[in-house]
Amino acid sequence: MVNQEQVLKIIRKMITVIREQKDFLSDLDNVIGDGDHGINMARGFDEIEKKIPALEGKDIGTVIKTAGMALVSKVGGASGPLYGTAFMKAGGVLAGKSQIDIYDFCNALQSAIDGVMLRGKSTTGEKTMLDAMVPAYQAIKREMEESNDAKKAMEAGVAAAKEGVEYTKKIIATKGRASYLGERSIGHQDPGATSFTILLEAIASMI
Amino acid sequence: MVGFVVVSHSHNLAESVVELTRMMADGVPIIGAGGLEDGSFGTSFDKISRAIDKIYSEDGIIILVDMGSAVMTAEMVIESMADRTIKIADCPLVEGAIAGTIDSISGLSINEILDNLTEIGSIKKL
Repeated sequence: MVNQEQVLKIIRKMITVIREQKDFLSDLDNVIGDGDHGINMARGFDEIEKKIPALEGKDIGTVIKTAGMALVSKVGGASGPLYGTAFMKAGGVLAGKSQIDIYDFCNALQSAIDGVMLRGKSTTGEKTMLDAMVPAYQAIKREMEESNDAKKAMEAGVAAAKEGVEYTKKIIATKGRASYLGERSIGHQDPGATSFTILLEAIASMI
Repeated sequence: MVGFVVVSHSHNLAESVVELTRMMADGVPIIGAGGLEDGSFGTSFDKISRAIDKIYSEDGIIILVDMGSAVMTAEMVIESMADRTIKIADCPLVEGAIAGTIDSISGLSINEILDNLTEIGSIKKL
């Protein structure tokens, strides 16, 4: 079980890793996008940090939803609406809860994936964050069925997300700015799939 | 009169599109929402929301978009203002702005204008 206080700790951890990986994410985006993914994500997570003091004592759903709204209002690139929708959808699933377990997390991730698919009119295999999100979700669920061990399940999720990032190197981008590059997008990993994996790893490290 | 918000990744591009519409339809409520708050490239939820607040009327607002995140950000603004009549036009930005504002000053309704704008994308230049 993870309580509200631990969720705030996880969010602080996310803010730290996004800042650490800011240049790396922008460098990835420079090759196949407009080079601002790291800057945009850092701007969004800076805004989340500003909201944290007002979130002390609020239910987990409100915390995650508020984080989503901060991302929507400040990020500025496609990752704003996409991550914003993901967090807001996840927050909706966790509404009213003061503690959550791995199954709640799975339900929230499932809802986040549905939200991203709808918002981006996208699916897996298009070289997007979904290529990390969907395999991660499936791996977490599978590991829970096999071992019923939340820590192992999160580790399996991170491993699957990393494989998803590797997979994005092999495929052509058909969504977003990178789609204008066509076959020239092959060989480069997707920045959105990478940032999702970094965030999931941050969550897993706190479980 | 139906109003327009021009959403672009670039502040200057949005302002120039607005400027261009004055040639043939001066007086239509139209406002740019380009770039981020600090002037850098991107689309801003807050900026688009403020632009709509500024010119909103019961006749409705059409949002014209350049590409990519402009569509998604505009969609999220519309969802946050569920009680208002706001639509995104599926058309090229410049042509849509010119044709749409002319339709608006001629007194067409938001749905009539949207129908006309949807056709514009299929007209070839050459």
